[in-house]
Amino acid sequence: MGEVSPLVILVAAIFTNNILLANFLGMCSFLAVSKRIDTAAGLGAAVIFVTTFTTAINYGIYHHVLVPMELTFLSYIIFITVIAAFVQFVEMFVERFSPVLYHALGIFLPLITVNCAILGVSLFMIIRNYTFMQSIAFGFGGGVGWTLAIILIAGLRQKMRYSIVPVPFRGVAIAMVITGVMAMTFMGFAGMVTIQ
Amino acid sequence: MIFFLPILVFTGILVALAVALTVAERLLVNYGICKIDINSGDLVLEVEGGQTLLSALIESKIFIPSGCGGRGSCGYCTITVVSGGGAVLPTEMPFLTRSQVRSGVRLACQVKVREDLEIKIPEELLNVQLFTGTVEGVRMLTHDMVETRFELKEPAEIEQRPGQYVQLQAPSPDGPVFRAYSISSPAYETGVIELVVRLVPGGIGSTYAHSLKKGDPIVLTGPYGEFRLSEDPDVEIVCIGGGSGMAPLKNILFSVCERWPDRKCRLFFGCRSARDVFYLDEFRELAKKNPNFRVIYALSDHDPEGGEWDGETGFIHVSVDKHLEADDVKRHAFLCGPPPMIEAVMKVLEEKGFEEGDIFYDKF
Repeated sequence: MGEVSPLVILVAAIFTNNILLANFLGMCSFLAVSKRIDTAAGLGAAVIFVTTFTTAINYGIYHHVLVPMELTFLSYIIFITVIAAFVQFVEMFVERFSPVLYHALGIFLPLITVNCAILGVSLFMIIRNYTFMQSIAFGFGGGVGWTLAIILIAGLRQKMRYSIVPVPFRGVAIAMVITGVMAMTFMGFAGMVTIQ
Repeated sequence: MIFFLPILVFTGILVALAVALTVAERLLVNYGICKIDINSGDLVLEVEGGQTLLSALIESKIFIPSGCGGRGSCGYCTITVVSGGGAVLPTEMPFLTRSQVRSGVRLACQVKVREDLEIKIPEELLNVQLFTGTVEGVRMLTHDMVETRFELKEPAEIEQRPGQYVQLQAPSPDGPVFRAYSISSPAYETGVIELVVRLVPGGIGSTYAHSLKKGDPIVLTGPYGEFRLSEDPDVEIVCIGGGSGMAPLKNILFSVCERWPDRKCRLFFGCRSARDVFYLDEFRELAKKNPNFRVIYALSDHDPEGGEWDGETGFIHVSVDKHLEADDVKRHAFLCGPPPMIEAVMKVLEEKGFEEGDIFYDKF
């Protein structure tokens, strides 16, 4: 993948290969925190921050420590550890500088640790053999894509509070349905750029 | 070697991350000294920022009741935060009513001290003291209930009302924690605190209480609880309890019989089987001395060991129904025991003409 420009990867990660809508990763916190636009945006910002920096750190560790030592089988556990440590850092950072956002996110901030979208971004980076700049573009783009999706759905869910949803569909069920519809609309971007 | 390398690499990365986090914590989590204003200027504390309000207050010798030791699972440590402290957290919501949230009631263990705070604490809690003492005596009441008496050393006397409780400090893997127990010794014994503790397998507080031996040093705080016994000697007292709900009732009954020998009072107490019966001799003794006091014990199970039992059988609310006459006299009922028992007894008491405000209960 050496020849693809990082900018293309960035756009692809946001639209055509949206980590949430194309790969359906990071669904749990997505469904739980997509009730209000402001908290969704806050969590999205935290996810962008975490994906960008963890892909950079994980790239360094993978290509400069694990590959030379032939320890690539350790990548899963080490990626998770790096993500966990980084989320701890983000938690301290957010608590210090935005207590309101810290309280609004509550338990979902530490839960970013187990947000599979973040591990997914790091693993795709390896499977697709990205260079450093491509990885950062993909990490940032993946985070932005996830944020875009959660904000769009949060907007819809906020509006939906005034619509009459059949009783069995209320809550998460209808959120899943609109996520599916949203995923199909995002398929409209397919062909714009392609990364596999 | 092939096994060591992965372990070495993994450990190395972990250590590097831990060091980075520690450095970040040093730089980020540093709030300096914050001021806590209690009851509009009655008391102003200066504490280290970054800790919870509960631990900041305990450090300053203000003992807010807390059963769970700051994990946010008991909901006892409520205080009013006037300013500072941020928004109410989701972890607090289950313990607060809407009107409490509106008036700024918070759980002290969930509020972090990040800025200057203005809080309100009930005057009574400011009187709570830290007591040190030694174990004066230990007596097994049944196979799983122990009566422990503490002799108070510093301060040497406690002023308590029947129905109040203390918090006993128990060691735990995460440092000392406090567990709440009702005081079972009568209020006129000011130099001792007696607790009745049932052993809960795996419980931190009860295991500790059961492990205490004569002469062991102990630390406790108290007294807590806003409950006040009616001072009117014409109000009759009906105590109904079951299982480990004995402690507060014993305190109430002995205190009442001492202070108002002519006041009518009764005790209904439910046990499983004959081997769970305790304090019956003490209460019979009390009833002999004081004709206004009556005691009824009931066993809910058929005795597997076939022990001698000449008293009531069946659930305690049945005995209450049978032996408590419907009456116009002003009576107060004190209920202490498992929730199903309380609910069953409440129904019976309402049929007997008790008003809702005259029934006091503690479910656990």
